[in-house]
Amino acid sequence: MLEIEQLTVAVDDKEILHDVSFSIKAGETHVLFGPNGSGKTTLLMAIMGAPRYHVTRGGIIFKGKDIVGLSMDERARRGIGMSLQRPPVVRGVTTRDMVAACIGEGTSEEAIARIAEKAHMGDLMDRDINYGFSGGEIKRSELMQLLAQEPDLALLDEPESGVDLVNIALIGELINELLQKEHPIRDRRLSGLIITHTGHILDYVNARTGYVMLDGRIICEGDPHEILETIKNKDYEECRRCLK
Amino acid sequence: MPEIGSAKAATDKAKTALSKQAPVGEDIDLNKYGHSAEELPYQDDPSQLPVETKQRMLDVGVTLDDNSQRSGTIIQMDHSIVHSLAMQEGIEVMGTNHALEKYDWLSDYFWNAVAVDTDKYTAHVELNQSNGYFIRALPGSKTVYPVQACLYLARGNLAQNVHNIIIAEEGSELHIITGCTTASREEAGLHLGVSEFYIKRGAKVSFTMIHNWTPEIEVRPRTGIIVEENGVFLSNYVIMKPVRSLQTSPLARCVGDNAVVRFNSILVATPGSSMDLGSRVILDAKGAKTEIISRAITTGGDIFARGYIEGNAPEVKGHLECRGLILGKEGMIHAIPELKGTLAGIDLSHEAAVGKIAEEEVEYLMMRGLTRDEATATIVRGFLRVDIEGLPPQLHVELQRAIEASQEDAM
Repeated sequence: MLEIEQLTVAVDDKEILHDVSFSIKAGETHVLFGPNGSGKTTLLMAIMGAPRYHVTRGGIIFKGKDIVGLSMDERARRGIGMSLQRPPVVRGVTTRDMVAACIGEGTSEEAIARIAEKAHMGDLMDRDINYGFSGGEIKRSELMQLLAQEPDLALLDEPESGVDLVNIALIGELINELLQKEHPIRDRRLSGLIITHTGHILDYVNARTGYVMLDGRIICEGDPHEILETIKNKDYEECRRCLK
Repeated sequence: MPEIGSAKAATDKAKTALSKQAPVGEDIDLNKYGHSAEELPYQDDPSQLPVETKQRMLDVGVTLDDNSQRSGTIIQMDHSIVHSLAMQEGIEVMGTNHALEKYDWLSDYFWNAVAVDTDKYTAHVELNQSNGYFIRALPGSKTVYPVQACLYLARGNLAQNVHNIIIAEEGSELHIITGCTTASREEAGLHLGVSEFYIKRGAKVSFTMIHNWTPEIEVRPRTGIIVEENGVFLSNYVIMKPVRSLQTSPLARCVGDNAVVRFNSILVATPGSSMDLGSRVILDAKGAKTEIISRAITTGGDIFARGYIEGNAPEVKGHLECRGLILGKEGMIHAIPELKGTLAGIDLSHEAAVGKIAEEEVEYLMMRGLTRDEATATIVRGFLRVDIEGLPPQLHVELQRAIEASQEDAM
């Protein structure tokens, strides 16, 4: 589904990611750990194609094609979706407008209502998107938009940060629906790459591989639960020591 | 009622103001326009007007082929009332000259909400008046559908000098949609329109005005509104098509307790258009409230978006919001919100913002699969989506339709 090959990314002429390589097969979900500022969001933004994130070397192969030259909307239409950690408020554009845009052609009131109900967002559909939303509401709204968009590859930037324990179960359910967890493994076609700080999301998501990112490089790859355990017990300093 | 002036006194005052320039806006040489126009024939059935003319009127919300959702219609072309009809009991719709003949008390309403010597344009209308409309809701009468009024400039290089009087008697409710437009050709023209609104106790008026001019037209409306106790005045003004020069600054005075005034304005200035639009509200009675909201977009023209609220009575409340979007490299938006309070315990506030569309917002929508152009259009459409409280749903739909149709052409 996704192959990242020796990817180097600069933002405002400053190199943030250095020589990053990994791949995600169809139906797999991978998790990305790393301290603040290590480059996790930069990696997701570069895959999504945000204009500020310049690929200076390497490739992003999605469904067999290098997409580095494609604009963000073209990538979205080819099947990449992303939930932002802090999405902007867009005054005058309602949550309903966003969901309709995500569904695209063939959108209907019924389809929007169905998705809104799943995400418990019914009350917020006619509000300006993200305006005055709580932390949990923002996360639910982002995941709802992805459910409407039905991407083949979902990039989730800290979907559980700032969410209370009641909401986290709902967030977990939404992610599972997004990634077809209800399907047997062999039938799953949709892939995910999730940034997590706390690792709470691992209680809900069946992640196959975990990565640790430090200073713009992937320095470790392995079982996500094992990586999380190490980070919890020994912090990222252990990762640094392990490198030496 | 405020002071009542005699016709002669008004004429004398007008003469003294004939060369008085307006404090803002480009000064217009009134002598360059013709002031006489031939009398156009009255149309019993306005659907017989030429298709192109009807289309121009339809673009500003005036529908002549099917008036089943209107409480009345009045059409003035150049200086002639070519059609007027009230379709609901308790609602009166006619040309101002006809109304003056019919009601000898009507002259008492002239120049109370707008001062005749405001500037040379008001003076000119007094001395060269070419009709206008009179719309009145009798006490307790409530319109189901809006009354539609159209002021149409057919001849080139003509000055249209109309004087409109709108009276909502006690407890009445009146919805008006006014379209001002011109034959779609590139000739110069001048539209001077004095409009005086009298909202009596407990009455409510919504006034939706759509301007659709051509690039050589100059426009100087002069509007005054007097709102009595528990009265409500709601104004929606939309101009999204090119105009050479527009300057107007309606003044509403809340003279009765708990009177409410709301102004919503939507302006789009295309290259070559110069717009100076202000809304002013004086809160002179206890508990009076106002909200002034303007949304201005330039795609290359210049806009002054002014707002003024003055609070002179206890427990008054006012809020002013000017937001401007600059699309493209040329164009200017100058937002000038002003507040004046003269006693403690009043609550006046404003917010103003001028800028371009945030790139972050465009990208957010692109991330969901919209192209850059689609994302920009969605944000602009949202920017222009002003929640209009108190407008009948059908009129709200029509207004949004007019905005979206104009937006497609303007962007």
